[in-house]
Amino acid sequence: MTSEAITHGGAMNPEGDGWVTPDGRHIGPVVLEVKNITLRFGGVTAIKDISFDIREGEIRAIIGPNGAGKSSMLNVISGFYHPQEGEIWFRGQKRPPMKPFQVARQGIARTFQNIALFKGMSVLDNIMTGRITLMRSNMVDEAIWWGRAEREELAHREAVEKIIDFLEIQHIRRTPVSRLPYGLQKRVELARALAAEPKLLLLDEPMAGMNVEEKEDMSRFILDVNDEFGTTIVLIEHDMGVVMDLSDRVVVMDYGKKIGDGPPDEVRNDPQVIAAYLGVSHE
Amino acid sequence: MEVIEPRLDTIPRLVMRNAERFPDRPAYREKEFGIWQEWTWKEALEEITALANGYLALGLEEGDRVAVVGRNRPYLYWAMIAAQMVGAIPVPLYQDAVGEEMAYVLEHSEARFLVAGDQEQVDKVLEVQDRLPALERMIYVDPRGLRKYDHSRLHAYKDVQAEGRAAHERFESELAERMARQDYDTTCVILYTSGTTGRPKGVVLSNRNIIEATKLSVAFDNLTEREEILAYLPLAWVGDFIFSMGQATWTGFCVNCPENASTMQTDMREIGPSYFFAPPRVFENMLTNVMIRMEDASALKRRMFNYFLEHARKVGSRILDGRPVSAIDRLKYALGNILVYGPLKDALGLGRIRVAYTAGEAIGPEIFEFYRSLGINLKQLYGQTEASVYITIQPDGEVYPDTVGVPPEGVEIRIDEKGEVHYRSPGVFVEYFKNPEATASTKDAEGWVASGDAGFFDNATGHLKIIDRAKDVGKMADGSLFAPKYIENKLKFYPSILEAVVFGNGREYATAFINIDLSAVGNWAERNNIAYTSYQELAAHPEVYAMIEKHIEEVNRSLAEDEKLSSSQIRRFLVLHKELDADDGELTRTRKVRRRIVEQKYADLIEALYGGKERVSTETEVTYEDGRKGVIRATLEIRDVRTFPPAKSTKEAA
Repeated sequence: MTSEAITHGGAMNPEGDGWVTPDGRHIGPVVLEVKNITLRFGGVTAIKDISFDIREGEIRAIIGPNGAGKSSMLNVISGFYHPQEGEIWFRGQKRPPMKPFQVARQGIARTFQNIALFKGMSVLDNIMTGRITLMRSNMVDEAIWWGRAEREELAHREAVEKIIDFLEIQHIRRTPVSRLPYGLQKRVELARALAAEPKLLLLDEPMAGMNVEEKEDMSRFILDVNDEFGTTIVLIEHDMGVVMDLSDRVVVMDYGKKIGDGPPDEVRNDPQVIAAYLGVSHE
Repeated sequence: MEVIEPRLDTIPRLVMRNAERFPDRPAYREKEFGIWQEWTWKEALEEITALANGYLALGLEEGDRVAVVGRNRPYLYWAMIAAQMVGAIPVPLYQDAVGEEMAYVLEHSEARFLVAGDQEQVDKVLEVQDRLPALERMIYVDPRGLRKYDHSRLHAYKDVQAEGRAAHERFESELAERMARQDYDTTCVILYTSGTTGRPKGVVLSNRNIIEATKLSVAFDNLTEREEILAYLPLAWVGDFIFSMGQATWTGFCVNCPENASTMQTDMREIGPSYFFAPPRVFENMLTNVMIRMEDASALKRRMFNYFLEHARKVGSRILDGRPVSAIDRLKYALGNILVYGPLKDALGLGRIRVAYTAGEAIGPEIFEFYRSLGINLKQLYGQTEASVYITIQPDGEVYPDTVGVPPEGVEIRIDEKGEVHYRSPGVFVEYFKNPEATASTKDAEGWVASGDAGFFDNATGHLKIIDRAKDVGKMADGSLFAPKYIENKLKFYPSILEAVVFGNGREYATAFINIDLSAVGNWAERNNIAYTSYQELAAHPEVYAMIEKHIEEVNRSLAEDEKLSSSQIRRFLVLHKELDADDGELTRTRKVRRRIVEQKYADLIEALYGGKERVSTETEVTYEDGRKGVIRATLEIRDVRTFPPAKSTKEAA
């Protein structure tokens, strides 16, 4: 399916090298796999022995009731939390414990549930910060400015402008983020994550608190990002309609455990999942 | 047929002439990725020719229609010119039209090719493609989101051009032959009128229509290749076609396309157009934004602003019109220009305006005067698609807020016995596409076109005044003219009046329903410590009535000055207890009053207005937003208003 050869153990890829979705998108081999992850905060176990994989080019949703451990899972992947047990395999290699910035350099970018932008800075500057991991000029270059730093800034600006165009936020390019409505701030956050040119994009509730129209816009952008840049996307979302429409496969969590994993239709009809969401008592 | 030397009788030939005469002057600019991208006339011709050859490669035939839809972008203008080059007819569509409306025009025009700006437009067409057997190929400009679509009939614009470039030798002679067959009478474009009543009609305009209308307007305002315009109004609108296609190619000036609709203000400021058109709404919004921002300015700035604006109001338009003004006032105005007017115009992007136009609907006299007093040469024109825009234009120095000017050289106007305006000009359309009945009923054998608008020439100025749609104009009982819309517009210029409906057809005197503007009147009530709980209560408040009465009195005074309209002064009025609402069928979705429905629904109130009563009780059914129905009961006061004797003693006979 993909030309890129990825070396990995046979056990990691039981279903072969991927498939083609009904709408013509190519789902490739596994890029990231979490194996038997357990995360504890003191006596509280946030994540209990969870394993799943993420395939290249897919949109992978993580759903579950509040407090199920979804955001913690994302924080584990992004290197913010270090699980007590379990392994993370990225591109066929076991990942040693890493700092978030090291994870970012590997090509994993994220957005946050509570918007984490620099409020006083303009949209353009905020998105530029997303390119920091790609900048090569050092402090001396920056101080001299002419030459290397200037060339680099121009190249980065061009990349950022393409993202601004892509996400249709030209009209707020110079506006300080704090003056923007919530829905647009979310879009700016997505823009900043995209500026890092990630291979894997982690979206923590990209549509929380949005109205229907804003959700539709955001859904379209997520699909377009996936389609246009081939970015693999993991998203946490509560709106079931959105999850069912967008995602290729869904992981369902409840009380830190994985209770379901599969295509949206399958998951939707899983009695365990229904029980978790509707609060039906377990027999 | 007159021969023009050298042959400048089609738009593609004009582009070729420009590529020779101004090879390095900018022809098109578009802001993309935060930078103004620019194409010279030479480059534009290359792009257009490549696309034309691409069309040939795809099998576009002479006479085929090519629909074009999307926001204003150079690519879409080229798509139209390239279509003309190969002998096809461009049909620009309104980009915000919903699928159904778009389907009708595509179906009726039997477009074989469609050039779309982006995925959104492509999707809209795909949705209705079952109804479009004639549509064979779609070409899109922006590839985003379209990569995975079935490309058997879908092509990327760049690919079509690349194909054209590769095959240019193969098609060179074919293209030249086709172009040689085109002349002044070849169809230039089919523009579908949006149509307030019934289905849209396709107005067929020939090269003669477009180029002659262009020539007369260019001569009228001395437009040159040095103008800069901002192309932001719909491609399907005849005005944009004349400005961005006709005038731009005739004079060779530059067409600037904004980055997208929401950046128009910023982009305008960066470009600083010298020639600008906007509907009244745009000028209103710009003024409102300025006023709101001034409220937040420091006290010193605010005082300076108000002081100089007051001075501008006094002498600004006089200076603009070249009338005598004292040296002291001139000096003060010059100072004001440095401190206030200049920076303000610059902030609005109007700093380099030489000529600005507004048209489409009535513009409030205060708004009109505001821009003129700043030294912006804002004028009005009256036009129609069927006339290739120009019927009348206001000449420099003869600008009045309530007239639409004089016919430019080449346009003849006649007013028939019913008061309807008829015109004849070289811009008059060829026919309605596939609709001979409508053509026959609009245009007579001698080329006179019935505009559908009622108007008259003002005695004092000799300018045309448009008062209403001809079908709404009636007569008072004494036989004098009754034009409700004209009076309603005068009333609606007061911020406290949201809507007005004037009655009087066949009656002794005129009466009016008034809808107050809740935000404006509510604001006023707050400042004057008037307590109210509901719209109904505020509407019935005696102070509100007093204020409305004063406004109507002023309108009556201005009507009295006009001998034709002085007998339609409003003698009695009431303030309605509810807002006229589209949900109740009283307004159209575009907020135009449905006169007949209002008349039927409130027959009891109209009767009371003419019955001499002082109060009237009524019940009205209303529809809530969730679709439930309810009844509002109210007792409304009816007030008499002072009327004024006509200014001239000679009253027009019936």
